[in-house]
Amino acid sequence: MDAMLSSFESMVKSASDWVAFALDAPSSRAVVFGVPIRGHLLVEGLLLVVILFLLSQKSYKPPKRPLTKKEIDELCDEWVPEPLIPAITEEMKYEPPVLESAAGTHTIINGKEVVNFTSANYLGLVGDEKLQDSCTKALEKYGVGSCGPRGFYGTIDVHLDCEARIAKFLGTSDSILYSYGLSTMFSTIPAFCKKGDVVVVDEGVHWGIQNGLHLSRSTIIYFKHNDMKSLQSILENATHDNKRAKKLRRYIVVESVYQNSGQIAPLDEIIRLKEKYRFRVILDESNSIGVLGSTGRGLTEHCKVPIEKVDIVTAAMGHALATEGGFCTGSARVIDHQRLSSSGYVFSASLPPYLASVAITAVNVLEENPNLITKLKENIVTLHKGLSDVEGLEIASDPQSPIVFLRLKKSLGSFKAELQVLEDIANHVLKEYSIFIATSKRSTADKCKLPAGIRFYVSAAHTESDLAKACESLKKATAFVLAGQ
Amino acid sequence: MITIPYLTALTTYFSYGLLFAFGQLRDFFRRIFDWWSQSNLQDCFNRPISSPPDAWFDVVERISNDNNKTLKRTTRVNRCLNLGSYNYLGFAAADEYCTPRVIECLKKFSASTCSTRIDGGTTTLHAELEECVANFVGKPAAIVFGMGYVTNSAILPVLMGKGSLIISDSLNHNSIVNGARGSGATIRVFQHNTPSHLDKVLREQIADGQPRTHRPWKKIMVVVEGIYSMEGELCKLPEIISVCKKYKAYVYLDEAHSIGAVGKTGRGVCELLGVDTADVDIMMGTFTKSFGSCGGYITGSKELIQYLKYTCPAHLYATSISPPAAQQIISSIKVVLGEDGSSRGAQKLARIRENSNFFRSELQKMGFEVLGDNDSPVMPIMLYNPAKIPAFSRECLKRSVAVVTVAFPATPLLLARARICISAAHSREDLVKALEVLSTVGDMVGIKYFPAEPKKQQLEGDRVKLE
Repeated sequence: MDAMLSSFESMVKSASDWVAFALDAPSSRAVVFGVPIRGHLLVEGLLLVVILFLLSQKSYKPPKRPLTKKEIDELCDEWVPEPLIPAITEEMKYEPPVLESAAGTHTIINGKEVVNFTSANYLGLVGDEKLQDSCTKALEKYGVGSCGPRGFYGTIDVHLDCEARIAKFLGTSDSILYSYGLSTMFSTIPAFCKKGDVVVVDEGVHWGIQNGLHLSRSTIIYFKHNDMKSLQSILENATHDNKRAKKLRRYIVVESVYQNSGQIAPLDEIIRLKEKYRFRVILDESNSIGVLGSTGRGLTEHCKVPIEKVDIVTAAMGHALATEGGFCTGSARVIDHQRLSSSGYVFSASLPPYLASVAITAVNVLEENPNLITKLKENIVTLHKGLSDVEGLEIASDPQSPIVFLRLKKSLGSFKAELQVLEDIANHVLKEYSIFIATSKRSTADKCKLPAGIRFYVSAAHTESDLAKACESLKKATAFVLAGQ
Repeated sequence: MITIPYLTALTTYFSYGLLFAFGQLRDFFRRIFDWWSQSNLQDCFNRPISSPPDAWFDVVERISNDNNKTLKRTTRVNRCLNLGSYNYLGFAAADEYCTPRVIECLKKFSASTCSTRIDGGTTTLHAELEECVANFVGKPAAIVFGMGYVTNSAILPVLMGKGSLIISDSLNHNSIVNGARGSGATIRVFQHNTPSHLDKVLREQIADGQPRTHRPWKKIMVVVEGIYSMEGELCKLPEIISVCKKYKAYVYLDEAHSIGAVGKTGRGVCELLGVDTADVDIMMGTFTKSFGSCGGYITGSKELIQYLKYTCPAHLYATSISPPAAQQIISSIKVVLGEDGSSRGAQKLARIRENSNFFRSELQKMGFEVLGDNDSPVMPIMLYNPAKIPAFSRECLKRSVAVVTVAFPATPLLLARARICISAAHSREDLVKALEVLSTVGDMVGIKYFPAEPKKQQLEGDRVKLE
């Protein structure tokens, strides 16, 4: 132990001697410009060099070992994709009934005449003589398709006439035509709502709106279906103490008559809220144009709200107007903006001219025959009353809605199970009583959570006996199907 | 890959720079520079017509009292040669075989069903149409929709979702882009029509897996178009299919511009390039172009179509395709196949091919820079410079030739172009007249970038490489 200690001591001593010698070495005592350079400066200088050298080196990184070609090949070989579609189950094999004549209020299925409640032919204009005439003339003059988008010679004079006619009818400054009802909403919304904008939307909106919102990449907040209290509290939360929100664009998106429930949005209340919290309103009038209001001008007329208060109005024309396509209407600035930046307008072939000409005629017919709307309203009241006491079913829709929406009184827990029961009822009604009704089937891509139901689309062309027969048959069929449960 | 001379690139950039500078100045001197408003080009787009978009059509003249800011329709029309519409087979106007049948069908089925396909919008006509389309395309089953744009944007969200990968050509149509975005799948892009780059992207992606979690992808779909409408190019389908087969990716082919327009019997790029339709998993197309109608279709295996009919939003929520439009498709396909008892279909197909190839070669001889492949009826003529867009368009219209001009943002900034679409309805005299006008205007505007003999090889050296 002692020996080790003493040898260690001698080592330290010799080292310190060596250092002292090195510091006393003549070179370390050199005098530069009269300043003697002490030895430790030399050491510090050396240290500085070492530090600089280390700093100039890249920091330590474990060596990268990218996958070799062979490894990638193996990964590619091992990878097994899922099948393109899931396995086909029995329920996917559903085939809808095939119509053998026009989809008017009476149509033919399997050689049998049935009363049709599946067409949103609210004014009974399918097969109307005036519409057929204008359609024939347009087909003879323009052919069928327009062979190009609006920008590239796909704008035909009837398109411009139709846009002007719709704007005049609704009392707006301009309107824009889309070539398909479904694309109207999912093109219009992303043209206005951008990333970061706040959009407050009803949870019951149809897929077209959902898709539009998804494509817009805005911040989406859902409020409870047609619940104004819920809307107000969300608007309050979104704007209260949130200075950032004041700088963002803010929208409320609602449907006038909800496809998924038949409820009617209380527009007067929504307008009051929008003005209070300073939001813009986008309103889908697909199922209300030609239906609501004393002259069929839609929800704005129904709620006695001036149409200028609604910033953007869209609608599909495949309902009351008995044609196809859609339109958006509003101020000239709103419309002009879409002509340059709405994808479904810019990048799609324009509406076939004959359908635009049918739309013009349909609006004319609607304006000339106010009794159509009176008749439709009577029919809605009759059917609503007749269906209000079906055992096991309840009406979820508004008494004034042209869609009478019935759902099961007793919830079965899952959408699928409920839909199956309702489908059985619909099939039974069609087979036994020749009444054609449809259930609210839902796509897997659809995020709506409202319960399933049976839809009756009421038409002004339904006769009293049609309606009575429908109510009677549904009662019997429901009793029959529910008894078998 | 497009190459453009340095001088042209420079002047084009310079020109845009000038525009930019003026735009900036305008903000300060709004009144002085008001005429530089963005509506400077307005009269070159959205020109209304008052007749069917046939070989010749009536372009409605418009006037402006406020320097092009707003345009008013007049009652005057200008009878023009139509080089803009997608009327490839000439079915746009009333047709001796189709129109009577369409009107007959209108009487029977009326203009709309006002219902969705799954509820009460399926008529016997729709069933017939789907069978007819499946037969024509050469796939087991088909589903049709009322709009081509919706076809793409509603199908992709059903088939692809989170955890799957869509590999899309960089120049795919907006409807595909929107459909892919709507699906929630991860999207990667490969260089336009470059199978080798597709191979690279596929390898990288399969090896990497999903972002962050690195789980393997659920499925991968490669989306390409048959003919690219802004480039006039044919898809390199055989090569792309072999790459996809190698990596087990599904192939989605959008034949919007090629179905009916190319191939010996009009069956699209598969027929033209000798690809077995069984190798393409999903074949999409539209009826707007060659068939002179509206709407779109998807063809594929029976199971695929069954699944789409069960869950596709456009099948469940959208009004079914208008019956007269459906009848127009059925009738025009019958004409193309010769089932109408005449040889008009075969003649139309031969004519569009001859017309396209004649026109393309003549344009090239004149020294224009024309993009695209032989047999393609779409041929873009490069303009490059922004000031040349209205000049070219207006001068052509003055001489009764209607052309389409396309500029930023539909194309890259440098690559503004005019696009010619040839139709089977054009006669040889029409084309000769069109060539004369284009040549005169081309000299005026200065867009003959390859004067006299095209010396491509020598010029290649001093050009900027651009995608």
